[in-house]
Amino acid sequence: MSELEELTRVLPMVGAEPTILADKEIAHVVGHGHHILSRRSVPGLRLDLEETSDAIVGKMTIQAGVTIAQPIHLCFGLAYPTGSQRIHIDVFVEERATARVLSHCLFPVATAAQHRMQATINIGPGASLSYTEGHYHGPHGGMRVLPHASIRIGKGARYFSDFSLLSGSVGSLDIDYLVEIEEEGIAELTAKIFAHKTDRILLKEAVMLRGERSRGLIKTRVVLEDEARAEITGITEAHARGARGHVDCMEVVQGKAHASAIPIVKVFHPEAKVTHEAAIGSVDKKELETLMARGLTPEQAVELIVSGMLR
Amino acid sequence: MRTISTPVSAPLPQNATVPNQQTRITLPTSALSWGMYDAPSTQKAWYVVILPLLDIRNLTFVVGDQKILDRLDFTIQPGKIHALLGANGSGKTTLAYLLMGCEGYVPTSGTVLFNGADLLSLKMHERAKLGLTLAWQEPARFEGITIREYLTLGRSESHPEPMLVQVGLDPERYLNRRVDKALSGGERHRIELASVLSIKPMLAILDEPAAGIDMLSINHIINVIRTIKENGGAVLLITHQEEVAAIADSASQLCNGRIIFSGDPAHVIEHFRGRTCVRCDGEVCGYVRA
Repeated sequence: MSELEELTRVLPMVGAEPTILADKEIAHVVGHGHHILSRRSVPGLRLDLEETSDAIVGKMTIQAGVTIAQPIHLCFGLAYPTGSQRIHIDVFVEERATARVLSHCLFPVATAAQHRMQATINIGPGASLSYTEGHYHGPHGGMRVLPHASIRIGKGARYFSDFSLLSGSVGSLDIDYLVEIEEEGIAELTAKIFAHKTDRILLKEAVMLRGERSRGLIKTRVVLEDEARAEITGITEAHARGARGHVDCMEVVQGKAHASAIPIVKVFHPEAKVTHEAAIGSVDKKELETLMARGLTPEQAVELIVSGMLR
Repeated sequence: MRTISTPVSAPLPQNATVPNQQTRITLPTSALSWGMYDAPSTQKAWYVVILPLLDIRNLTFVVGDQKILDRLDFTIQPGKIHALLGANGSGKTTLAYLLMGCEGYVPTSGTVLFNGADLLSLKMHERAKLGLTLAWQEPARFEGITIREYLTLGRSESHPEPMLVQVGLDPERYLNRRVDKALSGGERHRIELASVLSIKPMLAILDEPAAGIDMLSINHIINVIRTIKENGGAVLLITHQEEVAAIADSASQLCNGRIIFSGDPAHVIEHFRGRTCVRCDGEVCGYVRA
């Protein structure tokens, strides 16, 4: 089986159909290690990507005023147990452009491998980008995954990101996102992670509300079992009049897992406001008992609550 | 069914029901005793003794030095609605939690039989499997779980639409919504009742089912309670609302952890309307109506 076939085969594990790669209306990039296996662009989208000896490097531009109707699929991964992948990509969503990106990170058999993503994302005035990243890892837990991104959201622009790691054992995950929001810009960052075995999760998301009436939301849902560990840091700083931010972090800990949450909230303007809520512990007792009062066993009730939380 | 080969001539037991010739009765599982007796005008006739569905004896629950429930005795018959009234802090919700088996609610002493089974020896989900359920006064919210899922919990085949209609919610608008914070308190209460309806319980404990429900919709709630009964279920109805309590077959007033008055709902409501507690004149329980 070729590397492309192997990555295509596991696409459904992150909710994507393999047929998208054959569809001429849908833009995509498939990268294995430091090699680009397949790519397609559509009108309004410019893909300037190249292979180097140790990375896939380049730019992706959605041109001003363009709405890309179909999601752009980015499929990155490794079809082998070991190896390395480094991606350095700069994304430009120009003024009033709109696009959705579905990023699929696929490591079905990795036992000792690394995936490093270094991205800058610039969203122009009035533009909108929705970025969904789904990870699929096999059961071995041997990965080191480092998605790091710096995102700048222009005046009146919108950015929605949704990171999910819901199946398999990752090994080590270290997410670091920094978002800067200008006047009337909006950012919503959602992360949903289910960690098992000896997984180690570091999640740091920082939202800087620089512009007036800018808004930011950090929503994190983490479920840990076995001996998994997680440290979640949500930072929101409000620097301008009318800025509004909220941090909502919930971690459910089962077995011998450990979790910590560090919400950091700073307000530098009297007319700005940032709120936060964080809950760490076992599954909410009332939710659990409500389901048990309908006849579910404790195990069935926990499974349902956790699956709902991670949707 | 037990077969009596040789009818025994005996006087009619005190707690027996005598079906007439035109009555076709289906014996509930809790009707543990039946037989024939010497009737006045005929040679023999059937009698049925229906044992209580819920039989609480001497139930006491102490926290620290405070008796939350104090030697409580009462019963609920199969298919009957029993209203429980009482001032805030009288022990109503504690009794509900204790019967359902919520964490931290283990009685200090006493027994509870549910359909003949020792309820207190069972875990919460085992009690539910026997046909007991509870609708909380402040129902839980669930992220991500749709109302459709919630109303079909643990059942492979179910049509939740009629349950929603019964509580006055449009299935098209609600089935795919989530049981989360976006629902108002009244909507959440109605969904809780729809959930209880959907499992057709033998005994539903409803803790303030009409709390947060607007006046125009209160009839939906009353109809739901009646439907549970029509389905053969009994209801322990904890309420402050007299129009809701009035639909009960019987009622009790709880004060300071004790049943102080039982009987016809109208009489119990009348007692409850009294300016102070009829038992302690408000001195012990602090109940003084404004």
